[in-house]
Amino acid sequence: MDAASQYIKDESETGMSLSLNGETEIRKTAAALRNRRKRIQKFFFTLFRIAALINGAALFVIIFFMVKNGIGAINWTFLTEVPTDSMTKGGIFPCIVGTLCLSIGAILVALPIGMASAVYLNEYARPGRMLRIIRLGISNLAGVPSVVFGLFGLAFFVVYLKMGVSILAGALTLGAMTLPVIIGATEEALKTVPNTYREASLALGATKWQTIYRVILPTALPGTLTGAILGLSRAAGETAPIMFTAAVFFTPEKCPSSILHKVMALPYHIYVLATAGTEIEATRPLQYGTALVLIALVLGMNLLAIVWRSRLRKRMRQ
Amino acid sequence: MGETLKISSKHLNFYYGDFQALYDVSLDFKPCQVTSLIGPSGCGKSTYLRCLNRMNDLIPISRVQGKILLDNEDIYDMSLDVVSLRRRVGMVFQKPNPFPKTIFENIAYGMRVNGIKDKAFIARRVEESLKQAALWEEVRDRLHESALGLSGGQQQRLCIARALAVEPEVLLMDEPCSALDPIATQKIEELIYELKKNYTIIIVTHSMQQAARVSDMTAFFYIGKLIEVGETDSLFTRPKLKQTEDYITGRFG
Repeated sequence: MDAASQYIKDESETGMSLSLNGETEIRKTAAALRNRRKRIQKFFFTLFRIAALINGAALFVIIFFMVKNGIGAINWTFLTEVPTDSMTKGGIFPCIVGTLCLSIGAILVALPIGMASAVYLNEYARPGRMLRIIRLGISNLAGVPSVVFGLFGLAFFVVYLKMGVSILAGALTLGAMTLPVIIGATEEALKTVPNTYREASLALGATKWQTIYRVILPTALPGTLTGAILGLSRAAGETAPIMFTAAVFFTPEKCPSSILHKVMALPYHIYVLATAGTEIEATRPLQYGTALVLIALVLGMNLLAIVWRSRLRKRMRQ
Repeated sequence: MGETLKISSKHLNFYYGDFQALYDVSLDFKPCQVTSLIGPSGCGKSTYLRCLNRMNDLIPISRVQGKILLDNEDIYDMSLDVVSLRRRVGMVFQKPNPFPKTIFENIAYGMRVNGIKDKAFIARRVEESLKQAALWEEVRDRLHESALGLSGGQQQRLCIARALAVEPEVLLMDEPCSALDPIATQKIEELIYELKKNYTIIIVTHSMQQAARVSDMTAFFYIGKLIEVGETDSLFTRPKLKQTEDYITGRFG
């Protein structure tokens, strides 16, 4: 009590000089530092802006490089014909079809399983040991190198389940690899659905499943689509998971007639032309051309899905 | 007893894990009356309200002791279906929470999940509910636009209409006006007055004026206990207990 009253007394004495002098220690210091703080602020702001610009620039540089080197190889024959003259001439049509088949197949496998897992984890599972183990599993699955997925696919789908090297085995392998991305994105989307929606639905006498199916999933769909987009792009561009499970150097088939057939695929085609062919230098323009087509395909798919997503969002708001 | 009771709780204790949020609450609600639950924040009035339609079931660590009778049936009985209970005991929440769907679909939702498929019936009931909630005139031309485009007060009346559409017997309202301006609040209060002809209404409110305006009975909660309950007029003018008097005269809380 004494200390407190002492303090108040001091305060009242010095407080007089405070209002008289106008400038206190803290005001002086703050004024002196003002410019320095502004400079520091500006420095970090610029740093962050540069970091963000590097991201955008990287994509731009890659696309520019690919277009510059690859555009020459692109023509109607290239896009619609099969390769001829031991890959030095002709087109890459079977690769385009193969990549489309594989990525669509991967999404067909991964989207339902991924969404179902995310719904289970986010809506049904009670927090506890079990849930932690499953989550740990999923995040580790995301860290498994793609070549390991390829070997797993070879051992499990191709050999053990006797699917052979086929679109089916490749799509399953790519699907397994895409799962964590889709689960992660769907869970994020589910977390953004306000709890008040769940409460409102349950309070009207809806069951938990009706709530999920009719309110939560539709609300989370745009976010889930983002996950599917990311998964799809990744699946389309991967080489390692398909090189043992689905892709071959050459098939005479223009379009695969069965999901148990082998296919050619864009990333694998680039890989083979650039490393294993007999005419590596001669096929250089074709390699760039193929890479350009692959990038265009992936970006095109992304664009399509982004447009679809924003239309869904808009419909929900209006 | 003599009179029939719509809902009554008997020696209700409620726990969040180790924390006891309600102590031995016994409270009766007569049909077609409005009862206000008042008390300072954290006194357990919302928790109590959410026991009445078992919304607290959603909290994994919660635990209930005692009984709540709806038409003399224990709603915590194992054989009772909680989904059909919630159809009978509707709820309006603190913040308006329409679904991101059209106005029509918001109202139709409760009927659809309860298995009604007849389109003409649904359309008729949507109109009835919106009229009951005094919203029909404002939205009749925009039924198929998103409910999120409505103002806060309109959204809350939409939520009331949505709750009414499944023909509940009891309507629980958890501070329904706390996010609304005075004009919207007045509309909701007038609505409550209309609705009590057909529904048993229990409303949690922080506003004592509101409790005095809309309710027949008022119950005062403090730190998890029901302190006093009585007819609204007499509770506000002649409270029996000092604690109640202190609260309603604004000396604490």
